[in-house]
Amino acid sequence: MLIKLTGGCVYDPASGVDGKERDIYIQDGRIVNQPENQVQIDKEFDLKGKVVMSGAIDMHTHIGGGKGNIARTLLPEDHRQDPVARTAITRSGCGHAMPSTFVTGYRYAEMGYTAGFEPAVLPINARQAHMEMADIPILDKGGYVMLGSDDYLLRMLTAKKDQKAINDYVAWTIQSAKAIGVKVVNPGGINAFKFNQRKLDLDEQNIHYGVTPRQILQVLATAVKELGVSHPLHVHGCNLGVPGNVQTTLDTIQGIGGLPMHLTHIQFHSYGTEGDFKFSSGAAQIAEAVNNNKNITIDVGQILFGQTVTASGDNMRQHANHKHASPNKWVTMDIECDAGCGIVPFKYRDQNFVNALQWAIGLETFLLVDDPWRIFLTTDHPNGAPFTSYPHLIRLLMDRSFRNDVLSRIHPEAQKMTTLATITREYTLQEIAIMTRAGAARLIGLKDRGGLSPGNFADITVYTDHADRQLMFEKPNYVFKDGELVVVDGTVVKTKWGTTHMVKPDFDPSVEKGLKDYFDRYLTMKLGNFKISDDEITEDGRGSLTVHPLSGGMA
Amino acid sequence: MTEITEVPSPFCGIGTDDLTVQVDGIALKVIKNGCAINTPMFEQVVTDTKARVNGNEVSLDVAAVRAAALLKDSLQPVIGGCASDVSGMRALLSLADRIGAVVDNINFTGARNNFLALQDSGWMNTTLAEVKNRCDLLLVVGTDLESFAPRFFERYLWTRESLFLDNPRQREVVYLGKAPSGQASTSPDGKKAEVFDCAVDALPEVIAVLRALVNGKLIKADTIAGIAIADLKSIADKLKRAKYSVVTWAAGALNYRQAELTVQTLSEMIKDINDQNTRCSGLPLAGKEGDQTANQVCGWTTGYPARTRFSRGYPEYDPYLNDINFLLANGEADVLLWVQAFNVKSVPPDTHLPTIVLGRSGMLFDKEPEVFIPVGTPGIDHAGHAYRMDNVVAIRLKKLRDSGLPSTAEALRAIEQAL
Repeated sequence: MLIKLTGGCVYDPASGVDGKERDIYIQDGRIVNQPENQVQIDKEFDLKGKVVMSGAIDMHTHIGGGKGNIARTLLPEDHRQDPVARTAITRSGCGHAMPSTFVTGYRYAEMGYTAGFEPAVLPINARQAHMEMADIPILDKGGYVMLGSDDYLLRMLTAKKDQKAINDYVAWTIQSAKAIGVKVVNPGGINAFKFNQRKLDLDEQNIHYGVTPRQILQVLATAVKELGVSHPLHVHGCNLGVPGNVQTTLDTIQGIGGLPMHLTHIQFHSYGTEGDFKFSSGAAQIAEAVNNNKNITIDVGQILFGQTVTASGDNMRQHANHKHASPNKWVTMDIECDAGCGIVPFKYRDQNFVNALQWAIGLETFLLVDDPWRIFLTTDHPNGAPFTSYPHLIRLLMDRSFRNDVLSRIHPEAQKMTTLATITREYTLQEIAIMTRAGAARLIGLKDRGGLSPGNFADITVYTDHADRQLMFEKPNYVFKDGELVVVDGTVVKTKWGTTHMVKPDFDPSVEKGLKDYFDRYLTMKLGNFKISDDEITEDGRGSLTVHPLSGGMA
Repeated sequence: MTEITEVPSPFCGIGTDDLTVQVDGIALKVIKNGCAINTPMFEQVVTDTKARVNGNEVSLDVAAVRAAALLKDSLQPVIGGCASDVSGMRALLSLADRIGAVVDNINFTGARNNFLALQDSGWMNTTLAEVKNRCDLLLVVGTDLESFAPRFFERYLWTRESLFLDNPRQREVVYLGKAPSGQASTSPDGKKAEVFDCAVDALPEVIAVLRALVNGKLIKADTIAGIAIADLKSIADKLKRAKYSVVTWAAGALNYRQAELTVQTLSEMIKDINDQNTRCSGLPLAGKEGDQTANQVCGWTTGYPARTRFSRGYPEYDPYLNDINFLLANGEADVLLWVQAFNVKSVPPDTHLPTIVLGRSGMLFDKEPEVFIPVGTPGIDHAGHAYRMDNVVAIRLKKLRDSGLPSTAEALRAIEQAL
């Protein structure tokens, strides 16, 4: 079937098209060149006056894995506020803070998203992450595998194993867990918490291993680069949420020595200690550092006001933050000499000074970072806010008067502590398209996604150019996934299964010798039973694997 | 005849995956690392291979059509057992959503003690590899651990080595509220567990006092439920002295009313200890017959654990009112679908209602159900996934033989397609 999208106003940063009228042709799931005149068009969509972008990609969203399911189990009262009934073509479930898997897929698609990436895949919990994501319809998905608090790596560092040995272990873990990137969460801190350490600064040693977060970041960022994994090391830094952590973050940027590094939900790591409440914005310093260090990319982790739940691998910081739990119930877990997790429900309030300033810090960060190719639109779903609040966030970025209206209603002391009112920048549609499409695809290393030129998969979203950007981005007119029309006027009309994106960096097979011995002696599973096989992803008929090429930069 | 090694078990809940199973046609024999739970479960003989409608052998398709007809005519179908693997639960929830059924896992009434505590105040828990490498003190509450999981001590406590303990054999074990039935908790060096026995339904008071002592509160009584306060004080001191203590219980063993308050007091006590400059974690025991699997899959599919109804078109969780035994007794259901792929002895509850059973081959009935579809067992007849007790680790189950039995998922999909 040949489909023609006629006359839409196309924003395709991947091919440098910025708001130009273009026709797009779709065949067999991909965007194709304009066919010869005599070829018959099977279906045509008149998109005159509509805005056309590729399908949006959420590069950091907690949509699969054990901590999310604990968060679901913890909050029946939240689900009851947002029941979702089945229809002839969609499954029932629940929404709001941590939606059920099926509803996650529908609601992302209904906002024009066609892919989401789970950033915290514990190696030992990777099966669950993939099984949950396999039950998310329509979207493509993938995961970043978590390392850095696993005892195996820390033992390697203590034993002064060389970078090559670490690269082999990292590559083996990526392949075993079927991941597309590597994440580190509170480097070494989750491990230190198991030894009863309650904080771990960048240069503070783990009391058992004598290893510092700085060392862990260095070896993992090097491994990711040398293995040719496109996505730079994905870093949830030390001291999340601690006033004064802006210095930790600046030191982290300097300390990586020019290696590619992605700092995630940086809003939570941009806090100073000035003012009457000893809590202030470090966004300007962070933005300056990002602007000056081209090796750094960030996503924001914007908070938005309302009830949500925070679910993180960082059980050290989540334990420290549990006193803010609202409602007052929370979970932490130590996990399998591998990692951990912590789940703390939060209600962000605009009349709470800290929350109000967190909101402003995130927006300052968005607006002060110059290069939209190096900053990404996230709320760290569900930690800053549920992903369903993205259209509201886009309006805050694109509409200064709306932003200033909201600003004028937050805690008055927080208003005094932010420069937000003086920032005139408004994001353009092209910049939104970069942050949520072309930039995200480039950052993750997705081949043939995130663009609208021929050869790309036909993941396409069509919006009405409404002055109210929230309305515009809430309800696309059409969403195509792999060339199939899945959403019309903000409602799912067809469901399908997306693919699972991954990379397969090489490793020396002899890496398994040491690992097998370690598994047999210390872990609770045989090495052979740990590795995820291809058929585990595909056997329920719910998906496929897409292996992306490695980038340059091989050692 | 072949031998398959490194076989994972979905039966014991503690994720043993070092069994060696000899396969002779469709006969299995556990020849290495069996236990009182796993060996008979693996060696269960296949008897029925054909589906039956009213006792007459039929094809799977015919049975599926009959089951679908019963479900289609039903105003309130209920699905009990819910004992299968991840794919089985996916298919079960798909069908339940379609027909508006109530879904209720077989072990939910026990597990409810945990869920109510979790959903009210939360907890700090750990997993088996952390126990193996870090646990220096294990407190077992109200549970006979070795009959629950015969190889728990061998695999996770009395290990030859551990990452962080100089001598794993010097770990301390304390039983509170129930004495062990055997010697598994005695260390290889001969050190016996300390045992403080009491009536199980006295545990609410005993645990409340233990928590008070952990927090340095003065207790005026000398004994509680027959246990000396001084002994409880020594347990509290051990918990505070240990570097990484672990408190374990089986929610189903706390078999008295409002036992969720005991789980909550234990979990809050664990939090208290973590505020006293050391670490302590909970370790709820479960993972039998697909219970964790049912709750996990139902959790991500609906938002709620596996005692959830779809009768209004969307999922509604109620840990009491969606109990199918309650619904059957109250005449609120009109068809029962029973799904039990693991245990032939776990037959459907006695009911006059039309009953469809997807059961492990070898299941015997007092009263022949309208429809019986013998299904394969995950980890024996087909590959699959099952969750361990610690709820984080899903184990990859292997197919060991070719019995020709359909999987739970295949049988349920056949029924859904016939609707």
